[in-house]
Amino acid sequence: MASLDDLKKRIASVKSTQKITKAMKMVAAAKLRRAQESAEKGRPYSEKMNNVILNLSNGISDKENAPKLLSGTGQEKNHLCVVMTSDRGLCGGFNSNIIKKAKSYFAKILDEGKELKIITVGSKGNDQLKRVYGDKIIENISFKESKNANYFDADKVGKMVIEKFEAGEFDVCTIFYNQFKNVITQIPQAQQIIPLNNEGEENSSEESYEFEPDEDEILSNLLPKNISTQIFKAMLENSASEQGSRMSAMDNATRNAGEMVDKLTIEYNRSRQAAITKELIEIISGAESL
Amino acid sequence: MSEEFKVEIVNPEKSFLVKDDVSEVVVPAFEGEMGILKDHISIISFLKPGIIKILSKSGDENYYVEDGIVEFKNNNLSILTSTIFNLADMDKSKQQDLIKQAEEEANKTDISDQSKYLADQKVEVLKTLN
Repeated sequence: MASLDDLKKRIASVKSTQKITKAMKMVAAAKLRRAQESAEKGRPYSEKMNNVILNLSNGISDKENAPKLLSGTGQEKNHLCVVMTSDRGLCGGFNSNIIKKAKSYFAKILDEGKELKIITVGSKGNDQLKRVYGDKIIENISFKESKNANYFDADKVGKMVIEKFEAGEFDVCTIFYNQFKNVITQIPQAQQIIPLNNEGEENSSEESYEFEPDEDEILSNLLPKNISTQIFKAMLENSASEQGSRMSAMDNATRNAGEMVDKLTIEYNRSRQAAITKELIEIISGAESL
Repeated sequence: MSEEFKVEIVNPEKSFLVKDDVSEVVVPAFEGEMGILKDHISIISFLKPGIIKILSKSGDENYYVEDGIVEFKNNNLSILTSTIFNLADMDKSKQQDLIKQAEEEANKTDISDQSKYLADQKVEVLKTLN
């Protein structure tokens, strides 16, 4: 059995760990509220954007000559995957869930004999992916300096993706992120952004729009913006998910540390008592033998 | 009959402005300024750098935008933009900053004609604000 001194030290160290996890939990809770708010505020923009694009693509008459961002290049050989993760650890299964989702997708693509290229956003994803898919990663972006997800950063990623698309480096682009459902549930998502998936939503009104300039020109102007918007949306969802995931992970850790302190305290008290009893027995038997 | 309609300006971070007593909005559409009144035909267009003027009962407002999309439908005007500033909040130093940024962009040599044109527009519009 560990000595009293060792037990004392262990209790102290578990207690200080508990303090840290508790503080992290509270910080995450405060950040979560903000992240959730901005995720909610960001929704109207991407929804409106989607609506407009939907209306536009319904209105387009010449589907053959539609912009490539909408209709695709006509083949599906080269895949680009943008894997969005966090820059910090200690957030439970947040990163590994995205990576797991992404990895199964990668395996599928490689099995089909297609080309795979990866862009990682956030250093944690890069750390986990570079061991297996190191040669496929073409770019690694990290926004450690920016405190909150902002549109400017998303636009940078978006522009890069479009640049590569126009250079013909890939045909299909998919982004991976965690969708925020609530504090304990985040759903890893794979969303195809190029070519745009319209998901067959034909319910928009048949109302005809006037376009100025014509549809093609608006679309070719709008689609790159939509890419950035989708990436921004993913970033917002991700940051809310990250904080939520961290909060519940730290909550668990704090609880576990509490349990551990309790167990160790009992063990400490038992062995203290055992020592006292032993000493008493020694004294008594010493006195008896006289 | 009232001659008012609803305008909503949204940027990626949040819903920037919602107003439902607007009588006229002038937007800097790509092919020239466009005034929108109630019962305008449904239209989609996009913006170049310029000033959005909103005329309403509760007072007129002016905003500077760098890009965006406008959609008008059923007397609802939606403006999606990534960069927008209220001119009432714009002071000299802010204006100077924006001009400097735009000029830097305009002076880049490796950009396409269209982005060059847009950057020039920005400088021009910003300089006329005073």
